[in-house]
Amino acid sequence: MRLSYPGNIRIVRVPCTGKVDIIHILRALEKGADGVYVVGCLEGECRFSNGNLRARKRIEQAQHILDAIGIGGERAQMYNLSSADGPRFAEYAVEMTDKIKEMGPNPLKKAKEKMAA
Amino acid sequence: MIVAEKKPIEEIIDQVKDFQKLLIAGCNECVTVCEAGGKKEVGILASALRMYFMNEGKKVEIDEVTLERQCDHEYLEEIRDRIDKYDAVLSLACGVGVQFMAEKYFSTPVFPGVNTCFMGAAEERGVWSERCQACGQCILGETAGICPISRCAKRLLNGPCGGSTKGKCEISKDLDCAWQLILDRLKELDRLDDYEKIMPIKDWSTERAGGPRKVVREDVRL
Repeated sequence: MRLSYPGNIRIVRVPCTGKVDIIHILRALEKGADGVYVVGCLEGECRFSNGNLRARKRIEQAQHILDAIGIGGERAQMYNLSSADGPRFAEYAVEMTDKIKEMGPNPLKKAKEKMAA
Repeated sequence: MIVAEKKPIEEIIDQVKDFQKLLIAGCNECVTVCEAGGKKEVGILASALRMYFMNEGKKVEIDEVTLERQCDHEYLEEIRDRIDKYDAVLSLACGVGVQFMAEKYFSTPVFPGVNTCFMGAAEERGVWSERCQACGQCILGETAGICPISRCAKRLLNGPCGGSTKGKCEISKDLDCAWQLILDRLKELDRLDDYEKIMPIKDWSTERAGGPRKVVREDVRL
């Protein structure tokens, strides 16, 4: 397909999005990621029955925590697509990158710099 | 098991915001099973608090530990050598664990990270309901294995009351009438004659109404 999508995305492969836990989302942001998004199979089409639905719930919980601590729940997102849908993968990558760019960098980066100074 | 719920993170932040070195202590027993205060929840809370304080420009050191139990001396002793390093402990154990921690480490402030709710069972994933109130005088043998003390809103010993409609309690249409459940099960067990027996007035002195309780077993004491 040779589709292009933003190069600032680091892909972490998991066997199923049901493997993704809240702590993985939080740690990524704690380590300085500007945003984290999980791309799962279409709802109702999980090979393991409900892995993607579990992931969605965990993302929602992570969003709640991130809002409460002032990092911004919008920095964590859940997307769904068919594994054969490459164009949509690229589309989501652009959408997420735009969203995060709009929000600006992870506020922890600035805080870390300030504390180091 | 003892069922607990996570406290809102805002409330936790408010409790610990003035400390610089914090130990978050989980418990591997009941609160792990009800997903409120196990190793996983300790990790999530620690990460969230680290981010919060960093974002606020505060340098707060947060360590994590999950003890096998917080209601036994031997497991609480595991942190004795490092407890003095911390300004405060945030315990995700039930109220028992939090208090035992506070008793043992008298000069270290201890804060609860969960709200302890009741003794109950996991009806299904994500749903827990009360089954026992620790009244100290179990009558489950007479009530077909269904506890009217914990499951009847009025704790009736000779029910049901007039508020029982179509098997539901008058306080909520989602709540089964405990006495209807008892009747149904007695019928199933072919023991309906037992229902005719009037239960005598219960001795409530063994319940919490009689003050804080204690069990002393001379046969197992050292």
